[in-house]
Amino acid sequence: MKVAIIRFPGTNCEFDTDYAFGRIGADRTIVWHKEESLPKDTDLVVLPGGFSYGDYLRSGAIARFSPIMKAVKEFGQKGGYVLGICNGFQILLESHMLPGAMMRNENLHFVSKFQYIKVLHNDNKFLSQTDEGEILNIPIAHAEGNYFVEPDKLQKMYDNHQVILQYCDAQGNYDNPNGSVDAIAGICNENKNVFGLMPHPERACEKILGSADGIKMIEGFMH
Amino acid sequence: MKAIVNIHLKPGVLDPQGKAVHHALAQLGFKGVEDVRVGKQIILILEDSLSEEEARKEVEQMCEKLLANTVIEDYSIEIEK
Repeated sequence: MKVAIIRFPGTNCEFDTDYAFGRIGADRTIVWHKEESLPKDTDLVVLPGGFSYGDYLRSGAIARFSPIMKAVKEFGQKGGYVLGICNGFQILLESHMLPGAMMRNENLHFVSKFQYIKVLHNDNKFLSQTDEGEILNIPIAHAEGNYFVEPDKLQKMYDNHQVILQYCDAQGNYDNPNGSVDAIAGICNENKNVFGLMPHPERACEKILGSADGIKMIEGFMH
Repeated sequence: MKAIVNIHLKPGVLDPQGKAVHHALAQLGFKGVEDVRVGKQIILILEDSLSEEEARKEVEQMCEKLLANTVIEDYSIEIEK
């Protein structure tokens, strides 16, 4: 599998992401945002975490207009797999490749900690190697992860299994670190080829560092 | 010519910053505040060759494309000669 990891000015998770996909045996290329095309035969585009353009205006609002994003959008429209992690998720929302928007965390804090999340649906490529209802332990680190979407759109997303990850505690009970509607941690688009989540699977790839649950998540793309 | 763009979260959308400011004001003894909404203001200096109407149209497009996220934000535009 060929993974293109996009780097914007201010991206800081590209090497962790590179490492994580290396662990599962993928070919990786880090692509500068000024490029206008993706590497040949790209199977998956990852927009990694960080603070693209210093989060100026709104997180992801300016990165959305980087030259490479036109190619990423076309790739996604043709059914190519796209994964946005944290700031990458924010960029996908601003690009309208995913529905909804991000706001400041409800408690106004930058939240950085391990967080349990629950798999709601695994009938998609990304989470195909996890079980429905499975609880994963994945770090979060963000100030703007308070997900919002209009109620009628949200209902459609539920009906279509697009709400795929939800924050919870170790037992799977309701927990909400940032105020997101229904404690939503991750979603996908209608065609289930564009994914976005606030937690960082690439930071949970070694048991010795606290959790290897992230491997289980990204491994889905290999199958 | 100057365009002043005011951007606020939409009425139904929870404004955590506004809530925090409201709370702080109450703690300082300002009792008469019913609600606080925090927004941002963007000031654009435009070429004078544009008519007021053209300028407004242009700035409206800027808001729709970049300056505001219309999923959660409303905006208003004032043009000053």
